[in-house]
Amino acid sequence: MTQADTSLSPGTEAAELPDPERLLHMYRTMVLIRRHEERVNELYLQGKIPSTLHLYIGQEAVATGVCANLRPDDTVLSTHRPHGHALAKGMEPRKLIAELFARATGCCRAKGGSMHVGDVSVGMLPAIAIVGANVPIAAGVALAAKMQKTDRVAVCFFGDGAANEGAWHEGLNVAAIWDLPVIFVCENNLYAASTPVSLAFKIENIADRAAGYGMPGVVVDGNDVLAVYRASRQAIERARRGGGPTLIECKTYRLCGHSRSDPRTYRSREEEAEWQKRDPIPRFRQWLLAEQRFTAEQLDKVDQEVEETIEEAIAIASSSPEPQVAELYTGVFKDLS
Amino acid sequence: MARMSIAEALRQAIREEMRRDERVFCIGEDIGIEGGFGGAFTVTLGLSDEFGHERILDTPVSETAIAGVAIGAALAGMRPIADVQYGDFLFCMMDQLANQAAKLRYMSGGQVSVPLVMRAPVGATARGAQHAQSLEAFFCHIPGLKVVAPATAYDAKGLLKSAVRDDNPVIVFEHKLLYGSKGPRSERGALSPIGEVPEEEYLVPIGQGIVRREGKDVTIVAKLLMMYRALAAADILAEQGIEAEVIDPRTLVPLDKELILASVRKTGRLVIAEEDNLTGGWAAEIAAIVADEAFIWLDAPIKRVSAPDVPPPFAPLLEREYVPNEEKIVAAVLSLF
Repeated sequence: MTQADTSLSPGTEAAELPDPERLLHMYRTMVLIRRHEERVNELYLQGKIPSTLHLYIGQEAVATGVCANLRPDDTVLSTHRPHGHALAKGMEPRKLIAELFARATGCCRAKGGSMHVGDVSVGMLPAIAIVGANVPIAAGVALAAKMQKTDRVAVCFFGDGAANEGAWHEGLNVAAIWDLPVIFVCENNLYAASTPVSLAFKIENIADRAAGYGMPGVVVDGNDVLAVYRASRQAIERARRGGGPTLIECKTYRLCGHSRSDPRTYRSREEEAEWQKRDPIPRFRQWLLAEQRFTAEQLDKVDQEVEETIEEAIAIASSSPEPQVAELYTGVFKDLS
Repeated sequence: MARMSIAEALRQAIREEMRRDERVFCIGEDIGIEGGFGGAFTVTLGLSDEFGHERILDTPVSETAIAGVAIGAALAGMRPIADVQYGDFLFCMMDQLANQAAKLRYMSGGQVSVPLVMRAPVGATARGAQHAQSLEAFFCHIPGLKVVAPATAYDAKGLLKSAVRDDNPVIVFEHKLLYGSKGPRSERGALSPIGEVPEEEYLVPIGQGIVRREGKDVTIVAKLLMMYRALAAADILAEQGIEAEVIDPRTLVPLDKELILASVRKTGRLVIAEEDNLTGGWAAEIAAIVADEAFIWLDAPIKRVSAPDVPPPFAPLLEREYVPNEEKIVAAVLSLF
């Protein structure tokens, strides 16, 4: 990445930029994801949230930039690190946080947990925590959109690790041969858990694999929300027109551990400091201010609203009931109890 | 009443369901290729002439994609009938079936359902160890999957139609020696039962077994090919004055437990015949249910007649020893008297 750390989307034509309302919504989404992840991590460390958490801190520009181009009837398929995708697709924080609290009011009635959050009413399928398994399923969702003669699209998020799964290969191939309306978004955060991409790939760019399937491959700065927005906009519009799938590789970085209690001893503090300078949220905020799109007061107001939204969601979640024990036995089949 | 083979009955079921409901489509390898076989056992032969290649969708050799795409399409409102050439290939797509199809409804808190039909041929037919296994027990073990195993043309049609209309994933196991496939796809040594199938619309409900032969002295539970061998064994036993009751469960999940228990309460003796390997198998589960719930009605130990704990062999001589036959079923019954 050669560009200056604080610059954003160099060379973007004004016409390619989101309108002011959407720009502010994107800023709000990124702050919402960041503060959500920071707060639930605190609650987790306090023992108020069971299980494990895979946080999205540092990658907010990817989910935000892509989902800013989606309609409610488009579908997002997510991973074991799904909170950012869920919020960017429009899930209410109160449903998400209640799920993390394992409460009956959670989006999956406390049967999913952090790695399976979803809300089909906003087009967020329950997240799939088997790496790469969501790729052929995304192709299937896109096949349905095509068979039903709609212009809906499916977006499949995954990490660099998924690109070495067999399911990934099979899913991209069928999406390409059938010209399916699906956008594969690789969030290359440089590590699959602790394994660096240099040990897992012989190639520089995962997007280069797109050529092997006969689809466009695009590399973007995944910490530049406007670059992600622009690249995904092109791919999504192309998919809606029947032009088939695209593989977009967003180069990004987890500004946190892989999951709970990850001491991050497999990477250097210097490397982390370098990526901290490219933190997508300050970059976007500085761009919004420098371009005089919004004033600091306007953005501070958004920050404050986000705080209130999250604290309210936490209060609701923590006072919500746990599921009834009888719930264990229900919902395996649609017709049988 | 028309008389037809199981392959013809299955084809008729697919044709009727595809005419009835435009959401229904077939996906698999070699199912609609011009000049091809209509699937490995001719079930989809000719269907692409009526429905076209969009609804009789040929895939690359990508079993994970077949299952994943079918799941995604089902999530998005379609009704896929997926097909593998040999049941053994289900292992290639096991993540999609076991972790995705079976669990998505439960872990989403009931938000989604996966109305998927997965057809799979089973049974040893001189093809060696990887085109021969009987895998029913694996799938019975996974909560969230329904499992059916039709042994007659009537049941094949009626159960497949019910499976298509079911809102849950249904695995349909079909036996290679029962299809009655013709031409180059015919099977040496096949039983190929021809059965009566009504002209008018009918369904066989999922979850109902059937008594194939009534008897008072011993209950034999058997499915697919073993059901016919159990009937042959019952003929031999009758000559010796033992009246065997033969029960074909037809559906394995949910199991018609009461039918089996009622029979055992009448006969006091139980033999289960299956083509699967002995250990941890389906017969063991039936034995456990009866031991739990009808122990006081038993006059003798429960006997399992299963394939030994070895892979399916190639040599016809060895295969004849591997697959249980009527002599072994007779011997097991006689050991109880």
